[in-house]
Amino acid sequence: MVDRVLILAMALAGAGMLLALIRLLRGPNIPSRAVALDVLTLITMPVMVGLAITSGRVIYLDVALVYGILSFLGVISLARYFDQGV
Amino acid sequence: MAALDIIGALLVLLGSLFLFLGALGILRMPDLYNRMQTGTKATTLGNMLTLVGLGLLEPAWLPKICLIILFVLITNPLSSHALARAAHRAGYPLAAGSVTDALREDEQAGGIEPGSTACQVRDPGSDPQPEVAE
Repeated sequence: MVDRVLILAMALAGAGMLLALIRLLRGPNIPSRAVALDVLTLITMPVMVGLAITSGRVIYLDVALVYGILSFLGVISLARYFDQGV
Repeated sequence: MAALDIIGALLVLLGSLFLFLGALGILRMPDLYNRMQTGTKATTLGNMLTLVGLGLLEPAWLPKICLIILFVLITNPLSSHALARAAHRAGYPLAAGSVTDALREDEQAGGIEPGSTACQVRDPGSDPQPEVAE
Protein backbone atom coordinates (compact mmCIF):
# COMPACT_ATOMS: atom_id res chain seq x y z
CA MET A 1 0.00 0.00 0.00
CA VAL A 2 2.84 2.35 0.85
CA ASP A 3 4.44 1.63 -2.51
CA ARG A 4 1.27 2.56 -4.35
CA VAL A 5 0.93 5.80 -2.40
CA LEU A 6 4.56 6.60 -3.22
CA ILE A 7 3.93 5.97 -6.92
CA LEU A 8 0.83 8.19 -6.82
CA ALA A 9 2.76 10.95 -5.06
CA MET A 10 5.61 10.77 -7.55
CA ALA A 11 3.08 10.95 -10.39
CA LEU A 12 1.56 14.10 -8.85
CA ALA A 13 5.01 15.64 -8.48
CA GLY A 14 5.80 14.70 -12.07
CA ALA A 15 2.62 16.40 -13.29
CA GLY A 16 3.69 19.48 -11.33
CA MET A 17 7.11 19.37 -12.99
CA LEU A 18 5.38 19.24 -16.37
CA LEU A 19 3.31 22.35 -15.54
CA ALA A 20 6.39 24.23 -14.33
CA LEU A 21 8.21 23.17 -17.49
CA ILE A 22 5.42 24.68 -19.62
CA ARG A 23 5.83 27.95 -17.75
CA LEU A 24 9.60 27.72 -18.17
CA LEU A 25 9.25 27.29 -21.92
CA ARG A 26 6.68 29.97 -22.64
CA GLY A 27 7.07 32.40 -19.71
CA PRO A 28 6.76 35.92 -21.11
CA ASN A 29 9.77 37.39 -19.33
CA ILE A 30 13.02 36.18 -17.85
CA PRO A 31 12.16 36.41 -14.09
CA SER A 32 9.12 34.20 -14.73
CA ARG A 33 11.41 31.61 -16.23
CA ALA A 34 13.73 31.94 -13.25
CA VAL A 35 10.81 31.32 -10.87
CA ALA A 36 9.71 28.32 -12.91
CA LEU A 37 13.25 26.95 -12.77
CA ASP A 38 13.31 27.44 -9.00
CA VAL A 39 10.02 25.57 -8.62
CA LEU A 40 11.27 22.81 -10.91
CA THR A 41 14.30 22.32 -8.67
CA LEU A 42 12.18 22.42 -5.54
CA ILE A 43 9.92 19.67 -6.91
CA THR A 44 12.89 17.62 -8.06
CA MET A 45 14.48 17.47 -4.59
CA PRO A 46 11.74 15.33 -2.90
CA VAL A 47 11.55 13.17 -6.04
CA MET A 48 15.28 12.53 -5.69
CA VAL A 49 14.84 11.63 -2.02
CA GLY A 50 11.99 9.28 -2.95
CA LEU A 51 14.25 7.73 -5.57
CA ALA A 52 16.92 7.28 -2.90
CA ILE A 53 14.43 5.46 -0.68
CA THR A 54 13.00 3.20 -3.39
CA SER A 55 16.44 2.30 -4.73
CA GLY A 56 18.10 2.13 -1.30
CA ARG A 57 21.07 4.37 -2.09
CA VAL A 58 22.00 6.98 0.50
CA ILE A 59 24.17 8.91 -1.97
CA TYR A 60 21.08 10.37 -3.69
CA LEU A 61 20.36 12.40 -0.55
CA ASP A 62 23.67 14.19 -1.01
CA VAL A 63 22.84 14.69 -4.67
CA ALA A 64 19.54 16.33 -3.69
CA LEU A 65 21.28 18.61 -1.19
CA VAL A 66 23.94 19.73 -3.66
CA TYR A 67 21.26 20.24 -6.32
CA GLY A 68 19.40 22.54 -3.93
CA ILE A 69 22.54 24.50 -3.12
CA LEU A 70 23.33 24.98 -6.81
CA SER A 71 19.77 26.10 -7.55
CA PHE A 72 19.92 28.62 -4.70
CA LEU A 73 23.18 30.04 -6.01
CA GLY A 74 21.75 30.22 -9.52
CA VAL A 75 18.64 32.13 -8.47
CA ILE A 76 20.69 34.51 -6.32
CA SER A 77 23.06 35.24 -9.20
CA LEU A 78 20.09 35.79 -11.55
CA ALA A 79 18.61 38.27 -9.06
CA ARG A 80 21.99 39.97 -8.91
CA TYR A 81 21.99 40.17 -12.70
CA PHE A 82 18.55 41.79 -12.84
CA ASP A 83 19.59 44.21 -10.14
CA GLN A 84 22.88 45.57 -11.32
CA GLY A 85 23.66 44.13 -14.68
CA VAL A 86 26.30 41.56 -13.75
CA MET B 1 6.04 0.62 12.74
CA ALA B 2 3.02 0.24 10.51
CA ALA B 3 1.46 3.40 11.95
CA LEU B 4 4.64 5.30 11.15
CA ASP B 5 4.49 4.01 7.58
CA ILE B 6 0.88 5.10 7.17
CA ILE B 7 1.53 8.57 8.58
CA GLY B 8 4.59 8.92 6.35
CA ALA B 9 2.68 7.87 3.24
CA LEU B 10 -0.12 10.33 4.01
CA LEU B 11 2.39 13.14 4.53
CA VAL B 12 4.09 12.29 1.23
CA LEU B 13 0.76 12.35 -0.56
CA LEU B 14 -0.25 15.68 1.00
CA GLY B 15 3.13 17.21 0.23
CA SER B 16 3.08 16.13 -3.38
CA LEU B 17 -0.43 17.58 -3.68
CA PHE B 18 0.98 20.90 -2.47
CA LEU B 19 3.85 20.58 -4.95
CA PHE B 20 1.37 20.01 -7.77
CA LEU B 21 -0.79 22.95 -6.69
CA GLY B 22 2.24 25.22 -6.48
CA ALA B 23 3.25 24.29 -10.01
CA LEU B 24 -0.34 24.84 -11.15
CA GLY B 25 -0.17 28.31 -9.62
CA ILE B 26 3.05 28.94 -11.52
CA LEU B 27 1.19 28.17 -14.71
CA ARG B 28 -2.07 29.97 -13.95
CA MET B 29 -1.15 33.15 -12.07
CA PRO B 30 -1.33 36.38 -14.07
CA ASP B 31 1.97 38.11 -13.36
CA LEU B 32 5.48 37.54 -12.10
CA TYR B 33 4.91 38.44 -8.46
CA ASN B 34 1.85 36.22 -8.02
CA ARG B 35 3.75 33.38 -9.65
CA MET B 36 6.60 33.97 -7.24
CA GLN B 37 4.23 33.83 -4.29
CA THR B 38 2.73 30.46 -5.17
CA GLY B 39 6.11 29.20 -6.26
CA THR B 40 7.72 29.94 -2.96
CA LYS B 41 4.97 29.32 -0.41
CA ALA B 42 3.06 26.30 -1.62
CA THR B 43 6.14 24.60 -2.97
CA THR B 44 8.17 25.09 0.20
CA LEU B 45 5.35 23.58 2.26
CA GLY B 46 4.96 20.70 -0.17
CA ASN B 47 8.68 20.08 -0.23
CA MET B 48 8.91 19.99 3.57
CA LEU B 49 5.85 17.76 3.99
CA THR B 50 7.09 15.30 1.38
CA LEU B 51 10.55 15.16 2.91
CA VAL B 52 9.17 14.64 6.43
CA GLY B 53 6.93 11.84 5.14
CA LEU B 54 9.83 10.18 3.33
CA GLY B 55 11.91 10.51 6.48
CA LEU B 56 9.18 8.76 8.47
CA LEU B 57 9.15 5.97 5.88
CA GLU B 58 12.91 5.52 6.33
CA PRO B 59 13.73 6.63 9.91
CA ALA B 60 17.44 5.80 9.62
CA TRP B 61 17.91 8.63 7.11
CA LEU B 62 15.94 11.17 9.11
CA PRO B 63 18.94 13.35 10.23
CA LYS B 64 20.16 13.93 6.68
CA ILE B 65 16.61 14.59 5.47
CA CYS B 66 16.18 17.09 8.32
CA LEU B 67 19.32 18.81 7.04
CA ILE B 68 17.75 19.13 3.58
CA ILE B 69 14.51 20.45 5.12
CA LEU B 70 16.41 23.05 7.14
CA PHE B 71 18.32 24.12 4.04
CA VAL B 72 15.13 24.53 1.98
CA LEU B 73 13.44 26.39 4.83
CA ILE B 74 16.27 28.91 5.01
CA THR B 75 17.25 29.42 1.40
CA ASN B 76 13.99 29.29 -0.54
CA PRO B 77 12.30 32.43 0.89
CA LEU B 78 15.66 34.18 0.69
CA SER B 79 16.20 33.53 -3.01
CA SER B 80 12.59 34.31 -3.87
CA HIS B 81 12.75 37.58 -1.95
CA ALA B 82 15.97 38.59 -3.71
CA LEU B 83 14.49 37.75 -7.10
CA ALA B 84 11.24 39.63 -6.40
CA ARG B 85 13.07 42.76 -5.25
CA ALA B 86 15.43 42.70 -8.20
CA ALA B 87 12.57 42.25 -10.67
CA HIS B 88 10.58 45.06 -9.04
CA ARG B 89 13.56 47.36 -9.16
CA ALA B 90 14.22 46.47 -12.78
CA GLY B 91 10.68 47.67 -13.56
CA TYR B 92 8.74 44.55 -14.39
CA PRO B 93 5.05 45.54 -14.19
CA LEU B 94 2.33 44.15 -11.98
CA ALA B 95 -0.78 42.51 -13.43
CA ALA B 96 -3.55 44.74 -14.70
CA GLY B 97 -5.89 43.99 -11.79
CA SER B 98 -3.43 44.86 -9.03
CA VAL B 99 -4.75 47.36 -6.50
CA THR B 100 -1.62 48.38 -4.60
CA ASP B 101 2.17 48.36 -4.80
CA ALA B 102 3.48 48.74 -1.28
CA LEU B 103 7.16 48.68 -2.20
CA ARG B 104 6.78 51.57 -4.66
CA GLU B 105 4.78 53.55 -2.09
CA ASP B 106 7.54 52.97 0.45
CA GLU B 107 10.17 54.11 -1.98
CA GLN B 108 8.25 57.24 -2.88
CA ALA B 109 7.55 58.05 0.76
CA GLY B 110 11.26 57.91 1.49
CA GLY B 111 11.02 54.94 3.80
CA ILE B 112 13.87 53.40 1.86
CA GLU B 113 16.85 55.59 1.17
CA PRO B 114 17.47 55.72 -2.57
CA GLY B 115 21.15 56.54 -2.07
CA SER B 116 22.23 53.19 -0.71
CA THR B 117 23.36 50.57 -3.19
CA ALA B 118 21.05 47.98 -1.69
CA CYS B 119 17.95 50.04 -2.48
CA GLN B 120 18.62 51.80 -5.74
CA VAL B 121 15.47 53.16 -7.33
CA ARG B 122 15.73 52.73 -11.05
CA ASP B 123 13.75 54.25 -13.86
CA PRO B 124 11.03 51.69 -14.60
CA GLY B 125 10.23 50.49 -18.03
CA SER B 126 13.54 50.94 -19.78
CA ASP B 127 14.57 47.52 -21.06
CA PRO B 128 12.12 44.86 -19.81
CA GLN B 129 9.31 44.04 -22.12
CA PRO B 130 5.72 44.41 -20.84
CA GLU B 131 3.76 41.49 -19.51
CA VAL B 132 1.88 39.67 -22.25
CA ALA B 133 -1.76 39.06 -21.50
CA GLU B 134 -2.84 35.51 -22.13
